[in-house]
Amino acid sequence: MATREPEITPAADVMVRMNQINLSFGENHVLRDLDLNVAPGEKVVIIGPSGSGKTTILRVIMTLNRPNSGTVEIDGRHLYHEKNNGQLVDAGEKHIRAVRTDVSMVFQHFNLFPHMTSIENTMLAPIKVLGLSKEEARERGANLLEMVGLGDKYNQYPGELSGGQKQRVAIARSLAMRPKVMLFDEVTSALDPELVGEVLAVLTDLAKEGTMTMMLVTHEMGFASEAADRVLMFDAGNVLEEGTPEKILRDPEHKRTQRFLKAVLSH
Amino acid sequence: MRVVVAQASQRGVWDWDFALEILPDIVRGLWQTVQATLLGITIGMILGLVLALLRRSGVRLISWPTAAVIEFIRGTPLLVQLFFIFFVLPSFGITIGAFASLVIGLGIHYAAYTSESYRAGIENVVRGQWEASVALNLPPATTWTRIILPQAIPTVIPALGNYLVAMFKDAPLGAGISAGGVLLVANSIRSQTLRGVEPYTVMGILFLVVSVPAALFVRYLERKYGYERT
Ligand SMILES: Nc1ncnc2c1ncn2[C@@H]1O[C@H](COP(=O)(O)OP(=O)(O)OP(=O)(O)O)[C@@H](O)[C@H]1O
Ligand SMILES: [Mg+2]
Repeated sequence: MATREPEITPAADVMVRMNQINLSFGENHVLRDLDLNVAPGEKVVIIGPSGSGKTTILRVIMTLNRPNSGTVEIDGRHLYHEKNNGQLVDAGEKHIRAVRTDVSMVFQHFNLFPHMTSIENTMLAPIKVLGLSKEEARERGANLLEMVGLGDKYNQYPGELSGGQKQRVAIARSLAMRPKVMLFDEVTSALDPELVGEVLAVLTDLAKEGTMTMMLVTHEMGFASEAADRVLMFDAGNVLEEGTPEKILRDPEHKRTQRFLKAVLSH
Repeated sequence: MRVVVAQASQRGVWDWDFALEILPDIVRGLWQTVQATLLGITIGMILGLVLALLRRSGVRLISWPTAAVIEFIRGTPLLVQLFFIFFVLPSFGITIGAFASLVIGLGIHYAAYTSESYRAGIENVVRGQWEASVALNLPPATTWTRIILPQAIPTVIPALGNYLVAMFKDAPLGAGISAGGVLLVANSIRSQTLRGVEPYTVMGILFLVVSVPAALFVRYLERKYGYERT
């Protein structure tokens, strides 16, 4: 049986704690002994070359990829493990689901439900997972669609929306779950250049609002320097260097980071 | 069934009066065949979905036997299965009437085929839909009933339509276990009157009258559901 209390470790200052994470796809050792802590309310931007494992980190936190070893804690509760007689054992589905409610993820390719309207996309999970009534879920969804600037698109199907609009619906859909942690995986990189701004504006507003912990993989350096508390430069499955946006973007220590930034900025 | 004109066999190759006279009986037989088909496809569609889901189960103790059963059903002829249900099961204390045997046999036989269509339809739902369901922490039952199946089933509808037409053409096999239906009627008219041309010709034409519009309807379904909304 999943219990809530015993897993809480006294670490109020850490929202996401990844401890000695290893993950391989066959021979490909993607995450190597990764330790990563994210504070409550912190906005972390992850940058790094293609294939360095940025998406994989987010997917581990979302339980889309299970690590081969190591532990993940969300707000003090183990995600993949539960305590049994004081010992950490692999968690059952029920426990994972209980902890996972605190996390949601927005994808590069939106992954909206194509057979549901915008408002229905936002309503389903709050009704089925949080137990909201239809009316409550509709009101919550409507407010969020309003907030992301889609107050006039409640009843459109995803197929009737532009890429930027779809991504804003996807953000509203995740926000409707009121997660403590939101993960964003290159959410603007599938968009036409002229649509990137509207999505970044929503993300910037969210970041400025404060309370939610956000982890974003993005190569939008302007956004990173405006909204991030910390930038992580990722390489070969681990953090190469980290620091404030000013530090990492203006004055990185590693040659690798300098070269990477040069390539991204000239792009 | 009424006993039809005894001297019919003394007339020419084709006798219009005789053909008209047997028409009502053949239509009644065809109606039974249609009923068996409609009931059979209902079982085939529901059982096929259940088989598809069992086959996808992560538990091998469930998925492997299901796969074996599907292969077994697909590998044996429908007529043999009908004989098994009607003549063999009673030896094990399970006695089912001829018409019910036909309906059940058609349903099970076609479920093995529809299950493969469902499976393809389910696999065609892009992985991102499963991942979004995880990202929203949807319970598995909701993921299936609200996300995956509503996208999978429309793509399966044309295949189900084709199976409906195919089943209609297989349903006369029920004559083999005397389950009623159009072929049984035509057979008995022939044996009573010793004329085969009219009953079998009328039956053939009536089959076309039903199955051609049905096939056109399936074409329409294909156009309607053949491509996906995105
Ligand atoms: N499902 C998978 N199966 C096998 N290999 C995978 C899988 N997912 C990712 N990989 C591999 O893991 C490595 C890290 O992938 P990941 O997607 O995390 O990189 P990334 O940093 O997000 O790259 P990009 O900037 O291109 O998105 C890559 O070498 C990739 O090929
Ligand atoms: Mg990636």
